[in-house]
Amino acid sequence: MPHRTFFWFILPSALAMLLFIAFPLVSVILQSLHVEHEQILVTSENCGPFGCKQSTSVDVEATALLKDAAPLGRFNGLGTYFDRGHLATAEISAAWSGTDSWGGFFSKVMNLPFYKALAFTLAYTVVVTPLVILLGLAVALGVNGLPKLLKGPTIFISLLPMIVTPLIGSLILYWMIDADGILGKGLQYIFDDPALSLKASPLLTWLTLFTYGVWHGIPFAFVVFYAGLQTVPEETLEAAMVDGASRWERIRYVVIPYMGPLFVFVALIQLMDNFRVFEPIIGFSAQANASSLSTEIYGDLLGDNAQYASAAATSTLTVIGVAILLTPVLIRTWRDFNRKVV
Amino acid sequence: MNMLRKAALGTAFAVLSGTTAIAGCGIGAGNVSIIANDFPAIHAITDAAKACEGDGLTITANMTKEHQTLNAPGMSGTPAEYSVAVVANSSIVALLNDGLVRPLDDLIAKYAPDLPNVNKVSVDGKVMAVAFMANAQHLFYRSDVLEKAGVAVPTTYEEVVAAAEAIRAAGIMEYPVALNTGAGWNLAEEFINMYMGTGGELFETGSAVPTIENENGVAALNMLKRLTEYSNPDFLTFDSNATQALWEAGDTALSVMWGSRGAAVLDNEGSSDEIVSTTVLAAAPTLGGGSTPATTLWWDGFTIASNISDEDAAASFQAMMVGISDEVVKANQDAAVWLSPVYEATPASAGVIASAQGGANPYPMLPYVGLMHSALGDNLAEFLQGSESAEQALADVVAAYTTSAKEQGFLQ
Amino acid sequence: MSIASKRRSTPLVLISSVLVLAWIVVAAFPFLWTLWGSFKVQGDFFSKADWMNALWGTRTLIETGGTFTGAGYEGAWIEKEFWRAAMNTSIIVFFTVIISLTLGTLGGYALARSGYRYAFWLLMLALVFRAMPHITLVSGYLLPFFEWNLWGHIPTTIVVLVAINQPFTLWMLHSFFLNIPKDLDESAMVDGCTRFQAFRHVIVPVMWPGVITTGLFSFLLAYNDFTVTALLLNQENQTMIPKIASFLGSTQVEGNVMFAVAAVVSATAPLFVLILFFQRQIVSGLTAGAVKG
Repeated sequence: MPHRTFFWFILPSALAMLLFIAFPLVSVILQSLHVEHEQILVTSENCGPFGCKQSTSVDVEATALLKDAAPLGRFNGLGTYFDRGHLATAEISAAWSGTDSWGGFFSKVMNLPFYKALAFTLAYTVVVTPLVILLGLAVALGVNGLPKLLKGPTIFISLLPMIVTPLIGSLILYWMIDADGILGKGLQYIFDDPALSLKASPLLTWLTLFTYGVWHGIPFAFVVFYAGLQTVPEETLEAAMVDGASRWERIRYVVIPYMGPLFVFVALIQLMDNFRVFEPIIGFSAQANASSLSTEIYGDLLGDNAQYASAAATSTLTVIGVAILLTPVLIRTWRDFNRKVV
Repeated sequence: MNMLRKAALGTAFAVLSGTTAIAGCGIGAGNVSIIANDFPAIHAITDAAKACEGDGLTITANMTKEHQTLNAPGMSGTPAEYSVAVVANSSIVALLNDGLVRPLDDLIAKYAPDLPNVNKVSVDGKVMAVAFMANAQHLFYRSDVLEKAGVAVPTTYEEVVAAAEAIRAAGIMEYPVALNTGAGWNLAEEFINMYMGTGGELFETGSAVPTIENENGVAALNMLKRLTEYSNPDFLTFDSNATQALWEAGDTALSVMWGSRGAAVLDNEGSSDEIVSTTVLAAAPTLGGGSTPATTLWWDGFTIASNISDEDAAASFQAMMVGISDEVVKANQDAAVWLSPVYEATPASAGVIASAQGGANPYPMLPYVGLMHSALGDNLAEFLQGSESAEQALADVVAAYTTSAKEQGFLQ
Repeated sequence: MSIASKRRSTPLVLISSVLVLAWIVVAAFPFLWTLWGSFKVQGDFFSKADWMNALWGTRTLIETGGTFTGAGYEGAWIEKEFWRAAMNTSIIVFFTVIISLTLGTLGGYALARSGYRYAFWLLMLALVFRAMPHITLVSGYLLPFFEWNLWGHIPTTIVVLVAINQPFTLWMLHSFFLNIPKDLDESAMVDGCTRFQAFRHVIVPVMWPGVITTGLFSFLLAYNDFTVTALLLNQENQTMIPKIASFLGSTQVEGNVMFAVAAVVSATAPLFVLILFFQRQIVSGLTAGAVKG
């Protein structure tokens, strides 16, 4: 396609992304390189309904002068990226030299907010993504084998977990797994432990979140794989049968390789979404035991003091993290693309 | 419902405040645009203000849970999208820090000269907000359960722990205590309440240097831990909805909850008569032999934007004064603990008033307190789970706070 | 005919049937439970006292005189005017899907047919864009939107949702167009059509299955969005999900959880209908190629 035609076709879409994603992305990166001006503090008597007290406040006029001189703030280079709230290089090296065992070092690192969040984010991504793909495929194969009459309703029910808003969906499940809720009581009965609570221990909280992630993710993988199954060429399957391949062997050696691109597609979307896990942690009130890069960003932005620079740095690190995770997928797409050119 | 306390508390706040009378609308032309949180008391205010519309006066209100995120950007433009922001002592600081709200002294002198001092929130002598309601966390107890366990009503946290032990020992309840100890904002608020009860200061006077790494901080944490030992093991997920549900189900007998939840606890919905009729709201307990209730007092009030015309500011101020007028307070006695002379205390407000009269501290209106609050919320859960020492938890808080305070320019 | 039709009585069939059955239960149960609970009062829905109360409606009977109550629905739809939010959501979702698909088909088609390297890099860039957390983007919009008086309006939100949606739409449609044979439009161009005419007359008629599938995902994104709609719309334009969140109350003040539960059920209902209608298209659309990677 000539450059000119391409340009006109892509223009509206590119313009939307440029204005609403690329520009903000640039400004986010810029912001992450700056920190706020020095706030000039004054002490004065402040009063309220509950009495008066000597107290500190910001000298607005003096601080405004500093702000007008440099609206972006003080240039800090990569300082924010390496501070304790993010990559914490100084704290890591102190932990390294201050401990003599791996365990001690590890527990010090896990005490740093960014690594704590990264640990959960990665664990979530690594556990949920393959499970979603595997179970999604299994459900797709199973549904594919159902009698025609049952297929419709089954597909419909299978899509339910995907179509409810994650924030609300996780809240509903959270109510159900309460020690007094139906699922919580059911688990207590199954494990014969009346004190069992999914909310109390870190391990159980993580497992609950993983389970939710898989529950929410399966429908997407299912619908993609189910559709893919319809396109597997009949001749190849029959040839395999003639060769005496069992049902399992047909799936293993014919169906799965044929659906390779589908695995890539689902993996791509799932990796990306799981890496940005946020809603379940809030919905399940799991902040005590689990934090993710996204909850760190929310925490920075939505408190009484919004911390834009810190949120910008974490956001940039999230994008970089996604890019690293996706590298294998990207390399594959690059090869496919070059094949297309030839 | 238990009505006998009503007479005793009567006009507790009327003693603090003088009289105020704002008559009629007659505001004149202007644009009033309010951003506020979304709850009934504020609806009553904005509805009353909206009734004044007409004659070139337009009043719009955006009541949303996201008000805290929206009010600063919404007041930054010229002219500002919002002329009025309803804030609390925590959320006003973001607006003060950026100079987004104007001093109200001229407006008060002109339109509400009789405004009592109790309603004025001033910084360095300039009134920056008009407060209209109060709130605090305080003790809720079940008189019948305490009686059955044979303990007196606790007035200190040490007594709360002893009472909890007695209730547990008597086999009445395994987990009689509940506080809003959900990790994050709630847990941080509980710590600040306790810490205030020890008489500690969060920061060095006149600077943003934190001073919580001391024995007061450790004492506050240890008391929280002792209390959570009598809480359901899920305590790190407890928010107001959870503690209220536990209370209404009769699962707890000694809770520390928000005063603003009192009316909902005492109504007939969601709970049995046995529980409702024996629920008593009392002042927050004290701690470690101190005399100040270990809680923080909160106010809600309104501010007027800097970046609007004087005409709009005048209209906004008058409209809001109509919104918090005596008539509105009288018609909505149950909706809040109003800072108004015509407010008559209800059983639901007993705990807040008792805490205020006991001399509890206000939640500090400091420019950097939000950063401390976030740092506390993120770093205390491990101590309560027993995987970290109190000293380590406080050190983590200070490290996290220092990092963000440096990024925000409060520390160098 | 599918692979399943050549069934043998292997344990595999048994296992897969059990698995599907288990999955159906797991997928549907929370919805059935919520649907059932939405006709109870809060005390029964949470059933702190005894979980069986949720089944028998013990407190519902005490508080309302019957074991089922429509109070949640009445409160949400009539008292709290949930229908307004439903209307706003419909408008936003409708335009977001239409505009997303229009831009996406044009862009996706161009990306699929261009052999130049920059097309690849554009696709990669779109992925990076998709990695951006929404909250960061939205908090960046606030100041300029307030400054330029764009904040609070429905069109602004539609445009933002379209833009945020574009990376996914582009990827999906691009892969879909890759599977429509090149010869189709190229032969039309040999016959004298311009590229756009070829697209209009040859590609558009055969692209619907893929477009419908992509549209469904766009629909879900716009319908379920919380971050963008909660922070960019004023109260009169509020959509369903932020409205439901507002029913839940705040730290200080009790909300009305049963309104939220009823509203959640109500908000899910149109999706049921939608999925029933489009179920076959979703599958056939994906089959037609969108998922070929």
